[in-house]
Amino acid sequence: MARNPEHRDLFPGALEIMILQSLRLKPMHGYALVKHIKQVSDNLLQVEEGSLYPALQRMLREGWLESEMGVSAKGRPTRIYRVTDAGIRHLGEEVVSIEKMFAGITRVLAIAKA
Amino acid sequence: MQSLSKLFSRRRRFDDISVSIQEHIEERAEELMEEGMARKEAEQGARREFGNVALMKERSREVWQWSALESLLADLKLTLRRLRRSPGFAATVLLTLAIGIGANTAVFSVLNSVLLKPLPYPDSGRLTALWLDAPGANGLANFNSGLRLSPSLFLTFAEHNHSFQSMGIWAMRYATVTGIAQPDQADAALVSGGVLETLGVRPETGQWFSAADQDPHGRKTVMLSYGYWQRRFGGDRGVIGRAIQVDGVTREIVGVMPRGFRMVDQDFDLLIPMALDHATLKMYPFGYDGIGRLKPGVTLAQADGDLAQLVPLWMDSWSNGPGTNSHSYAKWRITPNFRPLKNKVIGNVGSVLWVVMATIGLVMLIACTNVANLLMVRAESRLQELAIRAALGAGRRRIARELLVESVALGLMGGMLSIGVAYAGLRLLVAIGPADLPRMNEIVLDESSLGFTLLLSVFCGLFFGSIPVLKYLRTSSSAVLTGTNRTASASRPRHRSRNALVVAQVAMALVLLVSALLMIRTFAALRNVEPGFKDAEHVQTVNIWIPELQAPDPHTVAQMQRNIVNQLAAIPGVTSVGFAAGVPMDGNDPNWDQIMVEGKNYAGGEPPLRLYNYVSPGYFQSLGTHLVAGRGFTWDDLNNVLPMVMVSESFARESWGSAAAAIGKRVRKYDSSPWQQVIGVVEDVHVHGVDDKAPAIIYWPAIFYDRYATPPQMGGLRFVTYVIHTERAGTTGFLSEMQQAVWSVSGNLPLASVETMQNLYSQSLARTSFTLVMLAIAGSMALALGIIGIYGVISYTVSQRTREIGIRLALGAQKSELKWMFVRSALLLTSAGVVIGLATAATMMQLMKSLLFGISPLDPFTYITVPLILVVSAAAASYLPARRAAAVDPVEALRAE
Repeated sequence: MARNPEHRDLFPGALEIMILQSLRLKPMHGYALVKHIKQVSDNLLQVEEGSLYPALQRMLREGWLESEMGVSAKGRPTRIYRVTDAGIRHLGEEVVSIEKMFAGITRVLAIAKA
Repeated sequence: MQSLSKLFSRRRRFDDISVSIQEHIEERAEELMEEGMARKEAEQGARREFGNVALMKERSREVWQWSALESLLADLKLTLRRLRRSPGFAATVLLTLAIGIGANTAVFSVLNSVLLKPLPYPDSGRLTALWLDAPGANGLANFNSGLRLSPSLFLTFAEHNHSFQSMGIWAMRYATVTGIAQPDQADAALVSGGVLETLGVRPETGQWFSAADQDPHGRKTVMLSYGYWQRRFGGDRGVIGRAIQVDGVTREIVGVMPRGFRMVDQDFDLLIPMALDHATLKMYPFGYDGIGRLKPGVTLAQADGDLAQLVPLWMDSWSNGPGTNSHSYAKWRITPNFRPLKNKVIGNVGSVLWVVMATIGLVMLIACTNVANLLMVRAESRLQELAIRAALGAGRRRIARELLVESVALGLMGGMLSIGVAYAGLRLLVAIGPADLPRMNEIVLDESSLGFTLLLSVFCGLFFGSIPVLKYLRTSSSAVLTGTNRTASASRPRHRSRNALVVAQVAMALVLLVSALLMIRTFAALRNVEPGFKDAEHVQTVNIWIPELQAPDPHTVAQMQRNIVNQLAAIPGVTSVGFAAGVPMDGNDPNWDQIMVEGKNYAGGEPPLRLYNYVSPGYFQSLGTHLVAGRGFTWDDLNNVLPMVMVSESFARESWGSAAAAIGKRVRKYDSSPWQQVIGVVEDVHVHGVDDKAPAIIYWPAIFYDRYATPPQMGGLRFVTYVIHTERAGTTGFLSEMQQAVWSVSGNLPLASVETMQNLYSQSLARTSFTLVMLAIAGSMALALGIIGIYGVISYTVSQRTREIGIRLALGAQKSELKWMFVRSALLLTSAGVVIGLATAATMMQLMKSLLFGISPLDPFTYITVPLILVVSAAAASYLPARRAAAVDPVEALRAE
């Protein structure tokens, strides 16, 4: 489990938000999801496989995602994940709470600088 | 249904996870190949990047699982499968555990039922035994139960106290019941008002006694015990209102007490109202047990203080008749020393039970160490497997958990099997336990026993499981995999834990063996005590009570008793017959009172209280108590009521210097009593059991002048124990001939408490012999387990060091030296255990002091013998494997690698 020390851990819930946001654009399979997040974040964020698959299962259990049989870009059988309505609702709530958190952190940092 | 479909969908989920991950890795590998890697490298690279596939799958699946329980179940399944594959190991461990846990559960059940559970009365925590101390009454310390209450003292307490909700006094009597079928001797409890209210148990049917029933001039009533109701009336609810004759008095049955109700610590057939008559009560007799129910929130100390103030009031309000000084009791310094009723019921059996429990617990601990040893060997043979699994990504915690699951599962299975053992053990315990074990009828295997079994099983599992686990956690898996352990002889650390177990085992076995040997020595010391009677197995005793209904005056009673003696003496094989108010070790003291020796001044003006007995001619001869000086009573002495007594040797020595000097001297009860001449001195008798010192006893003739009756009159005994010396004692044929002999005098006399002196003697030793048997069993189990432990460790060491032995032999080591090397290591371990054990035993045996007799808890003989036994056993146990080591063929041993 090679862990790149330059990448810091995500805060709890962050991975779920990124998965939800990514899958909202279009349903994807696991590997595509990893690549997508890597690309979009310009390699700043790296999703560890070790957390991805358990997280996907957790979200399936919560009912935020659905999975269906499908084929990968290379034509191999795999599972395609798709966001449900509940997932979209959850994403909305999470984004609001994260924005609040960022706003708070930013203000505190601003005071500290001043 | 829902859970079922969930299960199906779950299976699909697990497939999904596998498929997704599989695809992920393949896609990544393909990408790497596109970057120009060879296929093999690319696949390896993709896998490496992904990390531990099995772990990821497991984590992903766990999301759907009911937390850790399922993987626990999987572990369990694996464990069971593995145990099936090694039935020998499984059987050994399970049998050890079943017996160990079963024995512990059985003893715990007794302990719990007798000592821990509350008494079977509602809110029994407030029940109090009204125990009085009287330090000023000389000789009172000999009483088994403190100073009991007199009816007048009880009435004073009951009417003026502020601490008790209710209180009462009671005493056991024999009663003859007629008017049903054949005459029947029943155990009757005389109860004052307040007794039933205090105990608080409602009748099965009918009513409690009312205040009117306690009126001496009111109606005569009786209540039945459940057992008597079933036996005599077939459980007929119509008995209420029926009349029976109790000692010739017609009494109406008003109620039946429920099943299991006991009069504090006594079984009874009838309850009879005491019906105290204020007008005729005196200050004595102090012969009644008092019980009380404290008001809520009142402590025993407060009650003591409250009632202590009432003693002067009692002396002010009552009298022993004209010319007596009722304040003379002030010298006795009567002080309430109330205690929880439970203490009285349990008595002194607590120490025995705790010692037995501790003993059995220790055996369990030894058994657990043996099991731990076995498990360790097993874990060691699996080290390779475990290391591979760790390398494949199993967490250490996961593997440790699996090992623990295995041991706890073993513990629980052993626990389940142990319930059968416990059930059988409990019956055995009750059968061999002391006959006077209190609350015997309450002993059951109940839910708290089962809870104990469960706890013990889990605890044992964790205990013997954690030892191999700790060991495993310390082993580095790389060392196992690279195989260094396989070729080298075992290193010191690998053996350290095993050696520690052996040392602990030896120490525990030593403690148990010391306690067992001390008990054996105690028993031998008790057997050596001369009890004061002889040929006990050929002495028959039987109680006969002559009620007033049959013989109204003492002369008739005496005549009947003499006739019975003659009839009994005429039975073939009988060599002598006599009777007395009580026989040694029957648990009853006939009477206590003071006795003044002529010409002697007593400190404080009051002579000490002495034990009295009332005896007939022939009594000492039948019992085999030999006459030291003077002569015994004759029937003429009795018939003429001559003023004479006999005394025990210790009393004679104390009062006149020697037995011979006592003859012709005079004693009397009180200042105003007539002098009695001492005509004979008999040897001391251990009437309270051989472990208690023989008290001084004054023997009165069985017919005497009772100056306390109003008016003073001839007194005699209505209740006596016949003592018959015959070779045929205890046989059924003799019993029926005895019955015929008694019935030829009167057809209405039932025979009760038919015993041999040998029985009474054994019963008085029951507590010691019970402890002895338990400790002997525990001690031998401990010794056996300890030997097995030493043998196991040494033979395992030998098998592990075969290669080293081969090298040594090849280099020219002598076989005898090799043997000695292994025996020496066993002796070293044993010596360490012996040292620790001796120190532990020396401290722990202080706790057993009260069970020992005539022997110090640090008895040198015991403390030398036991270590010797252990060292010799250890040498023998290690010699066998050592011989095997010496027999190793060096060529074979070296080639095997």
